[in-house]
Amino acid sequence: MPVEVRVPSVLRALVAGARMVEGRGATVSQLIDDLERRYPGMRGRLLSASGELYQFVNIYINDEDIRFLRQLETPVAEGDVISILPALAGGQP
Amino acid sequence: MAKSKNPSILTPEQILRYSRHIIMPQVGGLGQKRLMASRVLLVGAGGLGSPTAMYLAAAGVGTIGLVDGDVVDLSNLQRQLLHDTDDVGRPKVDSARERLQALNPEVEVVGHQVMLTSDNIMGIIADYDIVVNGADNFPTRYLVNDACYFARKPLVDGSILLFEGQATVFLPGKGCYRCLYPAPPPPGAVPSCAEAGVFGALCATIGSIQATETIKLILGIGDSMAGRLLLYDALAMDFRMLRYRRDPKCPVCGDAPTITRLIDYEAFCGMPTPAAVAH
Repeated sequence: MPVEVRVPSVLRALVAGARMVEGRGATVSQLIDDLERRYPGMRGRLLSASGELYQFVNIYINDEDIRFLRQLETPVAEGDVISILPALAGGQP
Repeated sequence: MAKSKNPSILTPEQILRYSRHIIMPQVGGLGQKRLMASRVLLVGAGGLGSPTAMYLAAAGVGTIGLVDGDVVDLSNLQRQLLHDTDDVGRPKVDSARERLQALNPEVEVVGHQVMLTSDNIMGIIADYDIVVNGADNFPTRYLVNDACYFARKPLVDGSILLFEGQATVFLPGKGCYRCLYPAPPPPGAVPSCAEAGVFGALCATIGSIQATETIKLILGIGDSMAGRLLLYDALAMDFRMLRYRRDPKCPVCGDAPTITRLIDYEAFCGMPTPAAVAH
């Protein structure tokens, strides 16, 4: 039951430059575990050491923010599109 | 071009200059006069501020304020169209004012050559109807967000990095930057444009969307992006809209706010505010 995971520019180095990858899992949490297995380092860019989603990263299922659903326990279903959305503020110092 | 002595009457020159807007019923003469009476503040006269300011000036927005404490650097010119090669070393607010007034002498351009701080921001934004954010750093983004919420000003937000951009509008009561991103990343977790790069033409895409949303707010037409976040991926040439909402737990605009006045944003973000504010 793979789902499509859209990877933002700042994380693409972890996935060999891919803009989207496949992920598996019944929940967002399982999906992140799956990504971590294949793309080591991904979890640390999304979750704190205590396993909570960083407050400067949003994960969307289709067009809904999982913070307003069931957070990391939000179910993932075939056909869903998962988007990882880090805060951007880049500019020249 | 001479300004009309009576601002309620458009001169023949103004009618010609703005004719492609005025002919559309969504703008009309009344809308044009509304644009000419409006006051918009741009935070940053850089990558995003350049296209936004130029379209606002071309549309005849009466007063355009620019906040930027930086001087033009040669590395800015790959994307910051307000400034010329000859402007390297000059304050950005000066070169921006010249460009905008050459484009439309009717527009009053007010340069604020300062860094925005908790001490000066409320006084600066008080003079404007709408704030457009093109800041390059997280302390300024949270500062501008909170100040706009406290002052009940619409905030037209844009950000860019690498080949990606984001844009939305924060209307007081309909969600704010903190509802979207409750806390900033730790220093160094998200690279800056100087560290990672930014695709020049991307600025115009996002800046043009910010100008569009600003003009729509002034005219009161169409559907605002409030509650919707645009994601643009230039490499994939993909545009997507995601929803967000006011978070009842938001410390600023939530039901039981814990932040009711401006704070120390450098401490909040764990780093000193960079010397510049523009992308």
